[in-house]
Amino acid sequence: MKDLLIRNGMVIDPSVERSVSDDEPRDLLIRDGRIAGIASRIEPGDEREVEVIDARGLVVTPGLIDLHVHLREPGFEYKETIESGARAAVAGGFTAICCMPNTRPVNDNSSITSFIIAQGRAAGLASIFPIGAITAGSKGEQLAEIGEMMNAGIVAISDDGRPVPDAGIMRRALEYASDFGLPVVDHCEDCCGATGWAMHEGQYSALMGLKGLPGAAEDLHVARDLILAEMTGAHIHIAHISTGRSVEMVRAARLRGVRVTCEVTPHHFTLTDGDLYRSGYDTNFKMAPPLRTAEDLQAILEGIADGTIDAIATDHAPHHQNEKMVEFDHAPNGIIGLETAVPLALDRLVHRGLITLPRLVEMLSTAPARIFNLADRGTLRVGAIADVTIIDPQCNRKVDLGESFSKSRNSPFGGWELKGAVNRTIVGGRVVFGSVEGN
Amino acid sequence: MDFNEKFRLMTAEDMNRVLLRMASQIVENNPDLSNVILVGIRRRGVPLAARLAQKILEMDQVTVTTGALDITLYRDDLSTVGDRPVVNRTELPGNITGKTIILVDDVLYTGRTVRAALDELIDFGRPHRVQLAVLVDRGWRELPIQADYVGKILPTSEREIVKVMLPEFDETEQVIVVEPQ
Amino acid sequence: MRLNRKDLLGIAELTAAEIELILETAETFRDINTRQIKKVPTLRGKTVINLFFEASTRTRTSFEIAAKRLSADAINISASTSSVVKGETLVDTALNLQAMAPDAIVIRHSSSGAPGRIAAIARAAVINAGDGTHEHPTQALLDALTIRHRKGRLAGLRVAIIGDILHSRVARSNIHLLTKMGAEVVLAGPRTLLPFDLEKIVDARPGRLCFARSVEEALRGADVVMTLRIQLERQSGGFFPSLREYSTQFGLNRRRLDLAKPEAIVLHPGPINRGVEIDSDIADGGASVILDQVENGVAVRMAILYLLAGGESA
Repeated sequence: MKDLLIRNGMVIDPSVERSVSDDEPRDLLIRDGRIAGIASRIEPGDEREVEVIDARGLVVTPGLIDLHVHLREPGFEYKETIESGARAAVAGGFTAICCMPNTRPVNDNSSITSFIIAQGRAAGLASIFPIGAITAGSKGEQLAEIGEMMNAGIVAISDDGRPVPDAGIMRRALEYASDFGLPVVDHCEDCCGATGWAMHEGQYSALMGLKGLPGAAEDLHVARDLILAEMTGAHIHIAHISTGRSVEMVRAARLRGVRVTCEVTPHHFTLTDGDLYRSGYDTNFKMAPPLRTAEDLQAILEGIADGTIDAIATDHAPHHQNEKMVEFDHAPNGIIGLETAVPLALDRLVHRGLITLPRLVEMLSTAPARIFNLADRGTLRVGAIADVTIIDPQCNRKVDLGESFSKSRNSPFGGWELKGAVNRTIVGGRVVFGSVEGN
Repeated sequence: MDFNEKFRLMTAEDMNRVLLRMASQIVENNPDLSNVILVGIRRRGVPLAARLAQKILEMDQVTVTTGALDITLYRDDLSTVGDRPVVNRTELPGNITGKTIILVDDVLYTGRTVRAALDELIDFGRPHRVQLAVLVDRGWRELPIQADYVGKILPTSEREIVKVMLPEFDETEQVIVVEPQ
Repeated sequence: MRLNRKDLLGIAELTAAEIELILETAETFRDINTRQIKKVPTLRGKTVINLFFEASTRTRTSFEIAAKRLSADAINISASTSSVVKGETLVDTALNLQAMAPDAIVIRHSSSGAPGRIAAIARAAVINAGDGTHEHPTQALLDALTIRHRKGRLAGLRVAIIGDILHSRVARSNIHLLTKMGAEVVLAGPRTLLPFDLEKIVDARPGRLCFARSVEEALRGADVVMTLRIQLERQSGGFFPSLREYSTQFGLNRRRLDLAKPEAIVLHPGPINRGVEIDSDIADGGASVILDQVENGVAVRMAILYLLAGGESA
């Protein structure tokens, strides 16, 4: 394997202390799939072949990690396969993605876990880290074989989309998982009398005549999980936080020392229920949790700015075009997000001055690696796995869904003009997105 | 669109004289005025019908019944005009079967308005006879229709527009011929 | 003045001037419905498809009569289930309809927003005949025509709407229309059936919208009372304990109606549950204009078809 030398990039690595010289362009050398060195000038020796990437004007970061994707394989390969999902991931700058267990069959045992990992290896693109089910079949009744799945390679457990309704079972799951050092990821949605909802309950659901899910449905569940995490001392990770009150509760719990982390999706820091209203019942604005109010969005942005929200995760949820071409209340929840996450985050958070670029890299790489205990990732330390993302923060680009590598096209962001794009993605020292030569 | 006024065809006094003549012709042709209804075609035919009725009253001390017809829903060009024309009410006094109906309009041009008016009338009953009175006949007929009472015959070019102005709708009372600029 | 739009999907997007135009046009069509020959040739050669995904004898018949009195060919399609149950997508439904080259498509659908999605694809004028719990614009227009006939105006009237506001497309369309035309709308019903934050949507309109704490408070001084049909399935949905309790606590009876102005009128979109949301003696009494509503329905639908489908062929 040839060495890879990334020249003159602005290297941002939130896993190490920043020094004054960090604003100077630096060279980064990759050898044998690992980070071999970072310095202001690295001259390749004669003894090894080297490929050079000119990263002048570009930002070089540890490979981005998505804590929350749906790959649909096994069972729903017409929506997405592990291979197509991994291809979309690297096109979006993600070198590692963590996939939710709501496949068919559900990833609730080690053989499914092993299958997913094998498919991910065969694809040879982004690294795939499966998330196991909390309960057998995600039915919320009986714990899944968490230990065996852990041995097979899961990095967390979750009944995403079908949150465990019974607080007693949730308590056992938190206790049991903590023995294995696994975080429990919860999609917080108490049914709150609102089964079959289609959007956030508020003035726009009243206007559109759609069944609403109140913010309280999330808040109740978050409150329960925080209390249980405090009681058990286990690590709870709140998936796709969407309400102002939930952000506030996480902030307060962390001050008390509760082991809580949370993530937000790009669509929840970008869109509101008012945007759904203006879309004219566009099913690409339908997801769980639903798009919330402008006040919630404001609180989410504050949570991002003050660090309450640890990570950005896409909740990439592909659905075939046909499935979204139906009545709004019959359409499935979810949108694809792997390829629009970085442009949206740069455009909405960094270029608008809410957070710095290093903080964004932390939310997309270092923090996710820490939350799911992914060793040797989310960092550019010498010796770490050479997962590297190169970003062009100034590039203006129009989102063209036709160019997506996902098998699905369900996104509300088609045609959006965004500032900031992924330039290259390197997994284990191999350039898997973008070319080696030229820019 | 702006218009150039080419010339004035009638003053208010001319119109008065012409209407008086038409009224006396109507009286002459219809010995039983109690069976006659003067039906103005909206919009400008309606005040003209009222004028004729007034003249007949002054002449013969007979009150002739009047009505108003809105032919919008019977137009044959609805599928080609862009805007939906505003529909106004049709008001006919009672049953028209067996009556003599005198349709009154300002300008007779292609004859399509009169065709629509005839169709609409038939939907209300079976008049004994239908006659037509117009203030100006400007030619260019597209249907075999002719008026029984004509105020003035005026050969025109197709570009020209004959504007009958009445105090009910316009500031003045006169008939002018205009042409688009 | 013109109705410069392809479709009628809801009252929310109409201006007060457009509502006025529709009501004025409907007045003319009321006259036609009293003639011996109740038919004008206006829409000769045009095709109107009545596509009903939900059973509705009254609205479908009203649209059918309206189309026929305008000399259009009316075709009724009853699709008992939504496209998703049949396995056909809404988009395919729209494309198939378009291929039949209708001039207008009247749609009743159980899903909010479905007519709008079809309208975005079809070239024909799409008329919403009730979609889910969203809007029922022609019902609100016929209610307005009925109120105007009895009261001579809409502006300044106090209109009480009583019942299941949350699930009522009739209430939604009426709230939009009445507040746009300057009326004061007071809502009352069980709190479980009143939507959140609805008053926010009528900001900057000449009329007002408010929630009353009780049916009695809403009725006090009302010029117009609208009661809404209560559906039995709301009881199993846990919104109220029983029809009996609904009737005693929220139903319109003589005692409650006496709180309204002496000359107040009572509307109901039908079909009525006698003895539940409205007592029989009120439904059949002098204040009731329920049958006027049905009569005005045809005139309003003729006006809409004329204004939307009267032009160039789609």
